[in-house]
Amino acid sequence: MIASSPMQETSWLRRRGWELAVWIAVPVCVTLLFPDYFVLASQISAAALFVLSLDLLVGYAGLLSLGHAVFFGLGAYTAGLISKGGWSEPISALLAAGLVAGLVGYVTGFVVVRVRHLAQLMVTLGIGLLVFEGASRMRGVTGGDDGLQGMSISPLLGVFPFDLYGHAAFAYAFGVLAICFVVMTRIIDSPFGLTLQGLRDNPHRMAAIGTPGSARLRKAYTIAAVFAGIAGGLLAQTTQFVALETLSFHLSAEVLIMLVLGGAGYRYGGLVGAAVYMIARDWLSDLNPEFWQLGVGAVMVLVVLFAPDGVLGGVNGLIKRFGRARQEQP
Amino acid sequence: MTAVLLGILFDGLAYGMLLFLISIGLSVTMGLMGFVNLAHGAFAMFGGYLATVLMQQAGWPFLATLPAAFVAVALASVLVERLLYRRLYRRGPLDQVLFTIGLTFIAVASITYFFGPSQQPVVLPAFLQGQSRVLGLEFGVYRLFLIVVGVAVTAAVVLGIERTRFGAKVRAAVDNPVMATGLGINVGGVFAVAFAMGSGLAGLGGALGIQILGLDPSFPLKYMVFFLIVVSVGGLGSVSGTLLAACIVGVFDVFGKYYLPEVGAFIIYAVMVALLMWRPNGLLGKRA
Repeated sequence: MIASSPMQETSWLRRRGWELAVWIAVPVCVTLLFPDYFVLASQISAAALFVLSLDLLVGYAGLLSLGHAVFFGLGAYTAGLISKGGWSEPISALLAAGLVAGLVGYVTGFVVVRVRHLAQLMVTLGIGLLVFEGASRMRGVTGGDDGLQGMSISPLLGVFPFDLYGHAAFAYAFGVLAICFVVMTRIIDSPFGLTLQGLRDNPHRMAAIGTPGSARLRKAYTIAAVFAGIAGGLLAQTTQFVALETLSFHLSAEVLIMLVLGGAGYRYGGLVGAAVYMIARDWLSDLNPEFWQLGVGAVMVLVVLFAPDGVLGGVNGLIKRFGRARQEQP
Repeated sequence: MTAVLLGILFDGLAYGMLLFLISIGLSVTMGLMGFVNLAHGAFAMFGGYLATVLMQQAGWPFLATLPAAFVAVALASVLVERLLYRRLYRRGPLDQVLFTIGLTFIAVASITYFFGPSQQPVVLPAFLQGQSRVLGLEFGVYRLFLIVVGVAVTAAVVLGIERTRFGAKVRAAVDNPVMATGLGINVGGVFAVAFAMGSGLAGLGGALGIQILGLDPSFPLKYMVFFLIVVSVGGLGSVSGTLLAACIVGVFDVFGKYYLPEVGAFIIYAVMVALLMWRPNGLLGKRA
């Protein structure tokens, strides 16, 4: 894990220019090279935002969660129910999804932050299971195992309709991901974000210099819940369907896998992990679903054993090694 | 009314004994090395499948498969521990959780590949079937058998930990591993033996539980939560705490299924969160 360096005195474009280029290159590539994969690309965007929100907790604040899907599912159901209730404008519904998830995140944050280590894993898991059980019992509202169907979404900004090809859906999902990524970067680089990293690395010392640890962690938990809710709403709106699985433990585990696969605590870790995971699943589960489960298991075991910092950690290690070699040469 | 309540209590205790048999090894693993082993349920599943294979293919009697499940799973777990787990003792809980979930996925996928996704049948010997009348109340013979086995194992574990030299080493290693090493106790070796014993008990529990818990490839994922609840509520490394928590979970679950079926597992989860808020280290947990 790396702490983000304090603001250097170089210009914004020089520091972030290559990132801007990547953010422009990706949608262009998808449009030109993979026009059949718009639906997958918008699902990856929603998943990437979800992983990004978990990264704030696990990678930066050092909290553990086995129940992050609660907020994703709440966001998805909020967006779905708003749309079924007759309000079809997407952006306001997305904000409402984030708001509802954030409220629940704020309330449960009081419980989650009080405990640590194993108890924290168990409490987040327990809250996740409680919400899942609740949703599967309330068939009248959530549709139970059948999921929530019959959503209608009006055109984006009143101009671009959500069609079968998924052009508008991809543009919408990718745009929301980009905006949220910028906001998340600002949060991580802010004094608040640095406090979180301090609490992750040495909570006793942070307490000694007067940081109200629990309050900061609660805030981080709430923010992560808001972003996870937006991600869930995004998935619901682009697929126009909400499955009960959006609340399940399985999804909570999957999002952790994506994060660790990409590298927790790297800003791009979540995005890389989500893309690699979703694309691999798309390929492998076509072949055989059991094959896919075996593959996920093997990948998790290998990543933890040999690349504990994920893909980006490995890349970072290589860059550092070569950089050092170059410095030592002269 | 009293008869029904007693019946529920009895079924709940039998269920709790199964949970205890499987969870006690997990509790020792977590208490001794702080290792979060979510693949523990997979060990129980292997015990169950071994018992069914021995019964169906080799024609062994049910009772003979139980020690076989214990020994085979114990030996296999030593291999897993020495080869894989010991590399992860110094890592954080997140890495351990991911690694062991990965192992569980691999186990589930391979069992599905070899045995198919359906439930495995078990034929109990005639003397373990049916009902028996004690003091005018009907009790299932198999559940009575489970409780007897559970009590016997509890007694063996408690005596082993409280009265033997090995048990003293385990207690010392749980309380303070660094000091125990300083006194010349081979903490790694003690842990390997304790781990094998715990996994063997899980295998035994898996074989005993086919009748009540069922046995299909999703077993480790389905019951993992219950084992974790028992361990975290009971307190890590505490035998009596694990027993207490297993009985509470068993009785509450059977009670909930009987009286409030529409609420489902809601009660168990709510009770767990509440108990963990009240005592984050478990009911009888010692370590901070």
